[in-house]
Amino acid sequence: MAELDTSSGGGKKGGKVRTKKQATKVDLTAMVDLAFLLITFFMLTTSLSKPAAMEIAKPDKDAKDENRLELRESQTMTILLGKDDKIAWYMGEAGKSAPTIEGFGDIRSSLLSNKKKVKESTGRDIVIIVKPTDASTYKNFVDIMDEIAITKTNISAPAVDDDPKHILDSERDFMKSKGIF
Amino acid sequence: MAKAKVKRTSTSIDMTAMCDVSFLLLTFFILTATARQPDPLEIATPSSTVQYKLPDKGVVIVSVGKGKVFLDIVGQDVKRATLQKMGASYGVTFTEEETKRFSVLPAFGVPIGNLKQFLAMDGPQREKSGLQTGIPLDSTKNNELFNWLKEARLANGEIYGIDLNAAIKGDGKTEYPAIRKVVDVFQNQKINKFSLITSSEGGGE
Repeated sequence: MAELDTSSGGGKKGGKVRTKKQATKVDLTAMVDLAFLLITFFMLTTSLSKPAAMEIAKPDKDAKDENRLELRESQTMTILLGKDDKIAWYMGEAGKSAPTIEGFGDIRSSLLSNKKKVKESTGRDIVIIVKPTDASTYKNFVDIMDEIAITKTNISAPAVDDDPKHILDSERDFMKSKGIF
Repeated sequence: MAKAKVKRTSTSIDMTAMCDVSFLLLTFFILTATARQPDPLEIATPSSTVQYKLPDKGVVIVSVGKGKVFLDIVGQDVKRATLQKMGASYGVTFTEEETKRFSVLPAFGVPIGNLKQFLAMDGPQREKSGLQTGIPLDSTKNNELFNWLKEARLANGEIYGIDLNAAIKGDGKTEYPAIRKVVDVFQNQKINKFSLITSSEGGGE
């Protein structure tokens, strides 16, 4: 295809001076290699450049009370996000048990063990309430949501309560005393 | 005994057809790939393990970082329609040329009063001008982000007939209250489901 017909047409004989035939064939292998490399690159980047999105659902701000779900204290775990990438969590009602302070490295095992404990003692699934305080960063919030998703702790979406007025006094006092608020 | 002569075949294969095909594909992928727009606001998104990808159209991305809020409406036609609606409600008329410039704009963070001036500039001037102060969202009276979102949702509904996806792209170090402000703007217009844009991360951790 890429070759040109270099043979002389008629096959005339005679004392003509023969010019040396030059090969017109070009080796395309390297070019094909390069083209496929670029194809691969473009194919991969088009699908990979899309950002990943984490779905968050929050309850309606002025929802009517009839849709509210009462949470049993035996099955709730409240996670407070504090300063310096620290987490304080407690089970059940606020103030009754001292919260545990942890870093992001240990929260996964706590989530898993609490999930198991709640399932064994009550037979119900654990419900998690995440309360990001003003001292926490956005990264902390994404990380904790991710940890909950990884451990599959919540079947439904975890409850996010980011209203600063909803942080109880006992919670605030505890976090202040530990220096993470 | 006479040896059977094996006919020598050429070992070189004609690559021309293969080359044609590969370049055709290459051209296709280059043309369909959307060029990454440079972000005016440098944001390092936190990473997560989620695999869900944001859809191609009907998306509004609110970027939060360095105390500023930027907005990016995906899709040129939605952007165009949104600008017209915003112009109408704020009493600013945008010319055809300005609308066109706006439709190719990446994320922007300019109060609507300065938008006309901003659109008249070219790339490097925009960077320098200091007009990108972020979209105002503080006061309840002059909450431009709220209106941008509202108009974008309307425009999106008219064009695609699907609901708009609101997404937040926040810098990892942003203090949580800044994010809460944006979430409040979402919830004030009953967007209770939204996405957080994260960079993907392999496996666990």
